[in-house]
Amino acid sequence: MTTAPAQAGWRFRQPSVIPGFGLTLGFSLAYLTLIILIPLSGLIWRSAALGWPEFWAIATDRRTINALEISFGTAFIAAAVNVVFGTLVAWVLVRYRFPGRRIVDAMVDLPFALPTAVAGIALTTLYAPNGWIGKLLMPLGIKVAYTPLGIVIALIFIGLPFVVRTVQPIMEEIDKEVEEAAATLGASRFQIITRILFPGLAPAITTGFSLAFARGVGEYGSVIFIAGNLPYKSEIAPLLIVIRLEEYNYPAATAIAAIMLFLSFLMLLIVNLAQSWSRKRYG
Amino acid sequence: MEVRVANVRKEFDRFPALHDVSLDIKSGELIALLGPSGSGKTTLLRLIAGLERPTRGNIFFGDEDASHKSIQDRNVGFVFQHYALFRHMTVADNIGFGLKVRHGPSRPPAQEIRRRASELLDLVQLSGLEKRYPAQLSGGQRQRVALARAMAIEPKVLLLDEPFGALDAQVRRELRRWLREIHDATGHTTVFVTHDQEEALELADRVVVMSQGRIEQVGTADDIYDTPNSPFVYGFIGESSSLPVKVENGEIWLADRPIGLAAPNEPSGDATLYFRPHDVELLDGCSGCIAGTVAASRRVAGTRRVELEIGGERQRVEIELPVDHPAAHKSRVAFRPGRWKLFPAS
Repeated sequence: MTTAPAQAGWRFRQPSVIPGFGLTLGFSLAYLTLIILIPLSGLIWRSAALGWPEFWAIATDRRTINALEISFGTAFIAAAVNVVFGTLVAWVLVRYRFPGRRIVDAMVDLPFALPTAVAGIALTTLYAPNGWIGKLLMPLGIKVAYTPLGIVIALIFIGLPFVVRTVQPIMEEIDKEVEEAAATLGASRFQIITRILFPGLAPAITTGFSLAFARGVGEYGSVIFIAGNLPYKSEIAPLLIVIRLEEYNYPAATAIAAIMLFLSFLMLLIVNLAQSWSRKRYG
Repeated sequence: MEVRVANVRKEFDRFPALHDVSLDIKSGELIALLGPSGSGKTTLLRLIAGLERPTRGNIFFGDEDASHKSIQDRNVGFVFQHYALFRHMTVADNIGFGLKVRHGPSRPPAQEIRRRASELLDLVQLSGLEKRYPAQLSGGQRQRVALARAMAIEPKVLLLDEPFGALDAQVRRELRRWLREIHDATGHTTVFVTHDQEEALELADRVVVMSQGRIEQVGTADDIYDTPNSPFVYGFIGESSSLPVKVENGEIWLADRPIGLAAPNEPSGDATLYFRPHDVELLDGCSGCIAGTVAASRRVAGTRRVELEIGGERQRVEIELPVDHPAAHKSRVAFRPGRWKLFPAS
């Protein structure tokens, strides 16, 4: 065998002619390790020190399960609501030219910039039973503040820009000719939206959903003001972690955090797999 | 289906794109809209499709005024330069789309739609690619799919906007021949836009030459090439040379000498003489001819193109000679145009 040895196992994708592949890859890995991997593995390591039976006891504790359910449930509902209305907002911003459009466009980003506690306090003031909106909802028997509904509202507020900002650029790129082609083939406006535009936007909407969802799961500042934080009822998992920390119960705090980490990672992984599958198909 | 465009004017933001255009398209005809960019040819096509509304005037499909019908109701097949295929649908779903979105009894059953799609794929010679996605096809294949999709709805007229514009020369020639065959087989009234005169002259039954929002001339390839009716058409279609001349008493003069061409019906005064570079008669002596010194000589495919400087003004004209013609090596060449045309000087 005098020929070059066959490359076995791992191989890097052929780098381009532009130099710096090794350097940039090395830097990226080191950076990600430092910023994400080391803190997260510290988390796993701390909770692993706990031992399996104890970990399981904390994980299956009623209060933990309820908090996780509330966190993931409200984040899911809020993200779903944001997908619908965020897409609508993106549509209006992309498709129509109206006075004040730039102001509306800028307004979308405000939840990014605002300290979340400020948002929480403002929402609580509005939705509390004696607040402007809460007062109107009260006679209808709808209680927003200090219930999971309040959490959903806070998370909708926080998550909106994620959906709008991921969908908007893709929407801007939609080829007008594709819509015109559908129209000449006899498709009504509604059919064009549901059969042509929406499937084209689906990957962006999924990304927007997963971003808003991930943000909602981790959100703390705005929620604790409006949630009321009643254990088993409106207590979110991040708050439960803080409570455990304040009790100096570090193992329990890290255990809940590890569970959250695992669930979030699983969700994001599924979303990513779904996307790479659709990208492979539709190019 | 006959299509009649009657006195149509179209303005975009008060800027006129079409001025008072009228055109009759016969049923089953293959017609080309030819012109430089900005001539309004695509606008005219989009008006027929209903993708734009005329500012003034009407468009008739048969005897029916279609001007205010929606695009969906016009039942036209439109093919775009960049295919505009639905990326998230397979080839078969793309072709069947127009049938699938119909309502009620006019919508064929799913099985029938599938059958029709594969029938059309046979017609455009892409059998077996039903399950592919547009991203997996070449440009030429995509345009075939786009055409099959447009034909699936049995359109009254087929409209193609620079259908081969995004393809390379080889594929273009092939698809051109193939489009002609499909047209002959199906007999759809077809209008296509192009800026490629070779494509228009070779493919179309009649060519509509447009410039600056107006129709300059409508006719067969022979009409357009042999009897252009304006300096624009003469210059735009094929090669042409021109010289400023003077008409006096029915004779054409170049500077101070007659060139041996009689124009008994032309009014006296300044004019421009147009002729085809390849359609010239070479002369030995020069009494009544155009003579000039050879300024440049280039070999172009099967002919030699010679640039001459004429007279004291050093006007440049081009003529074409056979490759081995001795005149190409002379310093002075005399000739007389065979077929020519005079237009009043502008």
